Amino acid sequence: MNHMETPLLAFEGLHITLPVRGEHRAVVHRVDLTVPAGGAVGLVGESGSGKSLTARSVLRLLPPGARVGGDVRFDGASVTAMDAASLRALRGSGAAMIFQDPRAHINPLRTIGDFLTEGLVTTRGQRQGAATARATDLLREVGIADAPRRLRQRPAELSGGLLQRVMIAAALIGEPRLLLADEPTTALDVTTQAEVMAVIDEAREQRGLAMLFITHDLALAAAVCDSIAVMYAGSVVEQLPAARLHDASCHPYTRALLAARPDPGTGARPLRAIEGRPLSASEAGPGCAFAPRCPAARDLCTTDRPLPERTGDGRTACHFPLLAGADDAAPGTERTVRHG
Amino acid sequence: MSAYQSVPAAGGRLPLGRVRALARGQGVPIAAGTVVALVVLAAVFAPLLAPYDPNAVDPLAVSQGSSAAHWLGTDDTGRDILSRLLYGARPSLLAPALITLTAGLAGTALAVSAAWLGGWYDRVVSAFLDLVFGFPGLVLAVVGAAVFGAGLDIAVITLSLAYLPYIARVVRSAALRERALPYVSALGLLGLSGRRICLRHLLPNLLPLVLVQATTSFGYTMLDVAAFSFIGLGTQPPTAEWGLMVANGAPGIIAGQPEQSLYAGLVIVVFVIACNLLGSGLSRRLLGEDR
Repeated sequence: MNHMETPLLAFEGLHITLPVRGEHRAVVHRVDLTVPAGGAVGLVGESGSGKSLTARSVLRLLPPGARVGGDVRFDGASVTAMDAASLRALRGSGAAMIFQDPRAHINPLRTIGDFLTEGLVTTRGQRQGAATARATDLLREVGIADAPRRLRQRPAELSGGLLQRVMIAAALIGEPRLLLADEPTTALDVTTQAEVMAVIDEAREQRGLAMLFITHDLALAAAVCDSIAVMYAGSVVEQLPAARLHDASCHPYTRALLAARPDPGTGARPLRAIEGRPLSASEAGPGCAFAPRCPAARDLCTTDRPLPERTGDGRTACHFPLLAGADDAAPGTERTVRHG
Repeated sequence: MSAYQSVPAAGGRLPLGRVRALARGQGVPIAAGTVVALVVLAAVFAPLLAPYDPNAVDPLAVSQGSSAAHWLGTDDTGRDILSRLLYGARPSLLAPALITLTAGLAGTALAVSAAWLGGWYDRVVSAFLDLVFGFPGLVLAVVGAAVFGAGLDIAVITLSLAYLPYIARVVRSAALRERALPYVSALGLLGLSGRRICLRHLLPNLLPLVLVQATTSFGYTMLDVAAFSFIGLGTQPPTAEWGLMVANGAPGIIAGQPEQSLYAGLVIVVFVIACNLLGSGLSRRLLGEDR
């Protein structure tokens, strides 16, 4: 990652609180993360770790009452300070979102054609004919064969996989520079998942699109993205190049996640669950949020919150990062580790 | 949401088969709709259907019972009751129609804008609707008549106000639910303006509910308008109107000639019940729920 040029997307100490019964509770805690132009970053974490909200903050698509601290910068411009017109421009053609549940995100009473062309016609002043032609091309591009017929159909007439392709086409129609993919394949069956990921991959390649990919599937994130950021309880606990996920991860949480999933390459072995339950950012004490579940936690972990420190290829927010080879990770080289 | 699961009509390819499939289990709403449609047609074609001029006095045929010349008899000045019922349908339907239309349009506009904008505007609108909801429509209309004088126009204006909450409160809560659905925020992400989302997406999707509320309200407003005329504040004699006819016939009930009040009252009751049944039938069909 080249730190000299402005990244396309930058979270700078992003902090989000939501009102819960009168008081504001933190759900995203000081997230620093960048997505370079054309690059793909995978945001991985359990449900409730704040990964979706982090992505939604890029489009200011937050629940009512949410307070945002820090900043989100898109191409250098502060999203939190944007006026309505700039925000609409950003939403229309800067960054586009693909959601987990496509069916919930399309007006069920309107046709697919309406859904795809409405933005082009109303906000860009394109003619309906031109917009329809563009929608037809895009549907073909995302692998929908009989595009003209599909344009006349309503969401209820399409399968989940087809609808997700329609969502991808809708995301691409504004010619954005960044895709925010919020678990785009979670609601789909496995074969459809692979197809949809291939469609996203191809579209990115042709257009040089950057992507923030949200998932709880570590292996998928590693396969699709250049770098991985692991979130726990609203904080990014570890960031590292996707290729080094297996041999260079040194946060106990990342290690635990890797150990908790099956690996078809190594034959049968019992999967290791992580003890305890995931905390939300507001439940975390003054120390490391993962400390109560961490096998390597010591006294310091419960009193001081670790800050992200450079560890080899990535950055880890841990007082006692696990050295490569210390656990069941694949063999790696010895690295020097600075303690925070 | 259940509103979107309207099942396409099954059945044969023939139009007749389709109609039959649509009608299955819908006997009551269809009968109710037929009654409403017949009454509306009667009002529209009153001049063609009525055997007499509704205001033609016949001193030789006063307070008669049913006969071949006067199917439903005559009133105390010898006017043909059937003709007066047919002509009377016009003000009796037009006034409630105007009230329902005004309350429906204004109520829906208030409700959707309040649900969309929220904040202090929503609180002011909601408080206003609650306030109006506290007054029975007829009381509001009587106060209006006391200030501005009697007349059907006063009834239309005051009852339009009184029926505003009947539409707006229900539509507002539905609009709040609809607004929170993911597709609405997704539309914002396509770069659409709030106004367009409201007018082109929220409003059309709420229309079935507005239609159901308006249909049921139509029956009740007719009852209120008839009552308003009954107490002498609405339609003025000699114009034929159902509520007024019930009042005109009242002295005859004691005299053993209940025809005028009876037939006018019957028409009102049947029409109001038909509106109610049609409303609940539409509700089940369009919204998939009983109310």
